Amino acid sequence: MRHLDTIIDKVYQGERIRIDEGLALFQEADLLTLAGMAEQKRFELHPDKIITFVVDRNINYTNICMSGCKFCAFYKTPDSGEGYVISRESLHEKIQETLDLGGTQILLQGGMNPNLPLEYYIDLLQDIKANFKIHIHGFSPPEIFYIAEKSSLSIESVISRFREAGLDSIPGGGAEILCDEVRQKVSPNKCMSGPWLEVMETAHNMGMKSSATMMFGHVETPRNIFEHMDKIRELQDRTGGFTAFIPWTFQPGNTRIQRTGTAAVVYLRVLALARIFFDNIDNIQASWVTQGEKIAQTALFYGANDMGSTMIEENVVASAGVDFMLPEKELRRLIETAGFTPRQRDCYYNLI
Amino acid sequence: MNRLFRDDALKNIYNKVKKGIRLSKEDGLTLYKTQDLNGVGRMADHVRRQRHGNDAFYVYNQHLNYTNICKNRCLFCAYAVDEGDEGAYLWDMDEIEQRLMARIDEPVNELHIVGGLHPSLDFDYFTRLLETVKRIRPNAKIKAFTSVEIDYLSKLSGLSVKETIGVLKKSGLDMMPGGGAEVMSERVRKKLFPKKVNAQRWLEIMEAVHQAGIPTNATMLYGHIETLEERVDHLISLRELQDKTGGFSAFIPLAFHSKNTALSHLPSSNAMDDLKNIAIARLMLDNFDHIKAYWVMITEKLAQVALAYGADDLDGTIIEERITHEAGATSAKGLTRDDMERMIRESGFVPVERDTFYNELRRDGVVMEDSKETGHGE
Repeated sequence: MRHLDTIIDKVYQGERIRIDEGLALFQEADLLTLAGMAEQKRFELHPDKIITFVVDRNINYTNICMSGCKFCAFYKTPDSGEGYVISRESLHEKIQETLDLGGTQILLQGGMNPNLPLEYYIDLLQDIKANFKIHIHGFSPPEIFYIAEKSSLSIESVISRFREAGLDSIPGGGAEILCDEVRQKVSPNKCMSGPWLEVMETAHNMGMKSSATMMFGHVETPRNIFEHMDKIRELQDRTGGFTAFIPWTFQPGNTRIQRTGTAAVVYLRVLALARIFFDNIDNIQASWVTQGEKIAQTALFYGANDMGSTMIEENVVASAGVDFMLPEKELRRLIETAGFTPRQRDCYYNLI
Repeated sequence: MNRLFRDDALKNIYNKVKKGIRLSKEDGLTLYKTQDLNGVGRMADHVRRQRHGNDAFYVYNQHLNYTNICKNRCLFCAYAVDEGDEGAYLWDMDEIEQRLMARIDEPVNELHIVGGLHPSLDFDYFTRLLETVKRIRPNAKIKAFTSVEIDYLSKLSGLSVKETIGVLKKSGLDMMPGGGAEVMSERVRKKLFPKKVNAQRWLEIMEAVHQAGIPTNATMLYGHIETLEERVDHLISLRELQDKTGGFSAFIPLAFHSKNTALSHLPSSNAMDDLKNIAIARLMLDNFDHIKAYWVMITEKLAQVALAYGADDLDGTIIEERITHEAGATSAKGLTRDDMERMIRESGFVPVERDTFYNELRRDGVVMEDSKETGHGE
């Protein structure tokens, strides 16, 4: 316990903790001790009792994907006959609906679809920007890496073209666990951790912002969780381009990984440790989509200062049989009944 | 920098808690009003660990809701119907036997039996019900009838509460659940459950039951129209009776579920309130042994979290819960022993399977020596 007390003192003194120290806290500290440290960090960074959220919609332009990740219940293979590529009509309808509901952005993600040429993405972005005034948060690093490889272009060149066509920021998806031994097991066909970080570094260096995510609770070890966060923290030291860190738990329904879901208590421990570990990322997001509203509300006492999105539409987690719905009114009520003030934000965490 | 509390108002309360000084009504209100959820939780966890260390209890049980016909028709209830309504049912002894036999191979060691105030049953039905259950499940304990039902049964039998309990005890009654208390406030009663026994009567019945040698639980239905003060008064009333009788075993805060009730416009309870009700009960009810996180009402996930906020018991495997699910509960209708033990271990606690009276049957998956003889632990 002495060892633990030393680490806890370090946290309260504002010192950065190492991987092994994070791991020790994760494995040994009481739940409410972690909560206390996370709350301390949260209120140092965000003294106001405000919880932010964004009004947006997930638009999955395709579900066809060559990656075939074992944890995914959403994708279809190119020859399955069950795949789709979104029609322009449907895309426009979804965006208009988002704007009508007070939305400010769309999260545009799909799969590693071998049938779509570079021009498809450029057209898609240009078409959206020509028709709507909306922020495009789109294409996770594995998609960008795949498109670059397939078009024999550099990562920089793809991002630069996308940016010119209308891409505003990059979502932190596809990070899963940024340890290659884990990726080899669960998503061997997707970019490894090096390219994931390279895409983000390139985008940040061009002045674009991104978020960072972590999907845990599958085959990773507890140490992998901290190695993952360490890689992101190290990159953030150099670029400062990450706006938020968003941990969520693997949802085992309809996937090829057999295990029970991660306990809420474990989610809260990881969330609190994310707030403690990331001394250089401003925002930590609670995941109501994977945790449900009760645990999402509890997360506000474990370091989260953001409720993520109202998600007018969500397909990926829903494919794994987890289907929580949370209209904006309900989301606001959750925040208010926890004693916080709900505020809508944009993609850069500016209050609206 | 204070590492325990974000709200300084909690410091004085903590000084009392550490010294074992009883908390006042004002303390109770401070606890309900503060937004320092984790501060309240830390104090409750302190008390919980003093009493139970790292243990978390559960029971292998079965619910039997013998009828949904009830003449009280409380506004917060989605379960009750009138005689002749669609879906109205009353189980006869054959049906009771069938339901018990359907699970006879399972190591059920508690039957939780509650129903409604059926207008045309006679007292005989209830003694036969208990006898039937005892005959089929001689080793299991019977926890049956809320004080609302007991009040009704004493009218049916024409006997005093004490005498009624005596007869029921002979027929096999071991314990009584804590339902029907709702919130002990005349204001709330008039609005939501005017036909139900009032607070004074509820407490009188409980006192008589305890004196007749039958332990009970106690509950509070929160999250409808009650005020924070009414909640604290409710807890203090229970605490005072417990001082007198010592007959309460566990306290169970019950989260109101509004769907399909006359109060469906009210939102369902939120996690902060769920956790606070558990933690505050642990702090205010200094003479109660156990505080339950009833997973049916607050979800499995939050019940696990609640173990760190003062709860030491997750109730039971149940199969199959009817009453809260009629009101829109999204939790499972039942869990297995493996589920219960996994939920407790994942939360960092040691699973202890108990019987109705909190005798240990299995500790951390290992059957206790003295429970093997009765067959309960298997």
